[in-house]
Amino acid sequence: MATATKTNASTAVPLRFPAPIGGVAGTSFKPEHLSAILEAGRQRGFFEVHAENYMGAGGPPHRALEAIRRDHPLSLHGVCMSIGGPQPLDKVHLARFRGLVARYQPALVSEHLAWSTHETSFFNDLLPLPYTEATLRCVCDHIDQVQEAIRRPILLENPSTYVAFRDSTMSETDFIRGVAQRTGCRLLLDVNNVFVSAANHGFSALDYLADFPLSHVAEIHLAGHAEQADDGGALLLIDSHDGPVADAVWTLFEIVIERRGPVPTLIEWDSKIPDWAVLQAEAAAAQAILDRGASSALPAGRHAA
Amino acid sequence: MPLEQNQTFATVFARGLLDPTRPAPPDVAGRDGRSAGRRYDVYRNNVTVSLIEALAAIYPAVQRITGPDFFRAAARCHIRKSPPTSPLLFDYGRDFPAFIEGYEHARELPWLADVARIERGWLDAYHARDAAPLSPARLAAVALDRLADLVFIPHPAAGIVRSQFSAVTIFAANRDTAPVERIDGSTPEDALITRAEFDVTVRHLPPGGAVFATNLMSARPLGEAAASALDAAPDFDLASNIAGLIEAGAFTSIALGDAR
Amino acid sequence: MSAKHTVTAFVLAGAVSTALATLAVAAPLTKAEGDAAAAAKKEKCFGVALKGQNDCAAGPGTTCQGTSTADFQGNAWKFVQGGTCTSIELPNGKKGSLKPV
Repeated sequence: MATATKTNASTAVPLRFPAPIGGVAGTSFKPEHLSAILEAGRQRGFFEVHAENYMGAGGPPHRALEAIRRDHPLSLHGVCMSIGGPQPLDKVHLARFRGLVARYQPALVSEHLAWSTHETSFFNDLLPLPYTEATLRCVCDHIDQVQEAIRRPILLENPSTYVAFRDSTMSETDFIRGVAQRTGCRLLLDVNNVFVSAANHGFSALDYLADFPLSHVAEIHLAGHAEQADDGGALLLIDSHDGPVADAVWTLFEIVIERRGPVPTLIEWDSKIPDWAVLQAEAAAAQAILDRGASSALPAGRHAA
Repeated sequence: MPLEQNQTFATVFARGLLDPTRPAPPDVAGRDGRSAGRRYDVYRNNVTVSLIEALAAIYPAVQRITGPDFFRAAARCHIRKSPPTSPLLFDYGRDFPAFIEGYEHARELPWLADVARIERGWLDAYHARDAAPLSPARLAAVALDRLADLVFIPHPAAGIVRSQFSAVTIFAANRDTAPVERIDGSTPEDALITRAEFDVTVRHLPPGGAVFATNLMSARPLGEAAASALDAAPDFDLASNIAGLIEAGAFTSIALGDAR
Repeated sequence: MSAKHTVTAFVLAGAVSTALATLAVAAPLTKAEGDAAAAAKKEKCFGVALKGQNDCAAGPGTTCQGTSTADFQGNAWKFVQGGTCTSIELPNGKKGSLKPV
């Protein structure tokens, strides 16, 4: 074959700590918004995509992502690495993830404290795990493998849950703190997930945030949720990502920014996706809070908890 | 609650996700230690509905043909039998056309499985590796006496679906939102699926075209492929089929096979 | 493979020349080109911007979609309301409806 051989981008990934993008608000990138986004031109925000949707060999998804990446910082959000599961990580999937990080050089790379694959079945949901010393070791081991593969720290996201494991021996915040300390990973604090889990399990979202290792937080997620009820008629919140951010979640977000200072913040909207302008307006609301946080921020070092 | 040996929390939790006859796992609880009940059902719903929606995104024409209620029931049945084995959902549902073929409630729609095969081929073309299609100039440069031995290299996005029914017409009418006119479902139709650049295109191949294209795409030389096509369809038009395949972007390159 | 037909070098050369001429001329279409274009009838599918499929949104919560065990209970035909399958006919008079089985 006389065709020029390109170096496989995934073979040699340089060790890289991307320049921080600071306290900017971003939005989920959805393909239906591509033309509206390109028409609007370069903006201040960043875009986040689910890594798995860009793991095909070629075609329109990569063209769209290249077009977005040209003018904006990108956040790569993995949704199926199954980091929280007891079985070994899928090596093929890890290699695809590494290739995508090398190709797009995202500003942020994140995954979930959850699992989605058991044996050979992929369930396409973020499933919960018990918080024990054994699962902590396993999660740390998986994060080490991911960070080794992509040669940079990942951000681990706190989950929203509907059930609790009777076997858990530590709190979610202790578990997450342990992971961050042992692996050096950063954290993605999903404030809506905190609110949803607090309502579902009957704990205080403020207490959770007070105990959360905020100094490790490098990104925040905000999203809408839905209200339902469990068998006993108790309020059950569903992490539906299908509407605007709730007022209570905005309030928690402001509290977090006051304490932590501004960090990249994403408006997540994955279902019943509105026009681009609606997402933009949500991002503008987040940006206003971030900017306020920046102007009132304490001198550097003071708010590192 | 201690788990049995070799059982992990995931084994226990996964068991009921696609099996609604099983109770919620005993090692998870709702508020204040109460049994999980409907809270576990949230996970069952998330799994089931997200996978149904993945199939609906891959097979929009099938869903339009059957209507959403039938589609969702059929998809759920398929998901419970064959959950995904890859975390890439655009790869899911490869066996859905075969499932439709054997699905008792779809027996009256014998063409539906082939429509699904075209839709699956459409998505494969959509995600296929990018490649520049064959330039006609390459073909023009081949010595005329070597044409019989010429081998065509298929484009990564090119695919063929053959049907005994009007699968291409039914597919095209239902990938749109325009009203569907009366369609005679009984005309055999073959589809050529390509994506030369941005857009996936499905073409309805003329008689003999599928045999010709399949032969070329499996690296049989031009002379043999043309002869096979004429065997299959005596009115096979060689010139228009060569032009049509090149225009569609079915190939990336040509090579001269062994002289015989 | 015992092909009944053989295609001579002369026929191949003629066909390839015609094909190249067809490809070189964009418009207007001659009769032969028009036929070729009609033969390779295109079913363009623009505008199907595929939605991302791997999401981290939760589904519909406590609905019964993941817990229902009964699918059709013998009346599948009731489910096809809103489908286009009734427009598609087969020569034996069978329409694409879904009757109880």
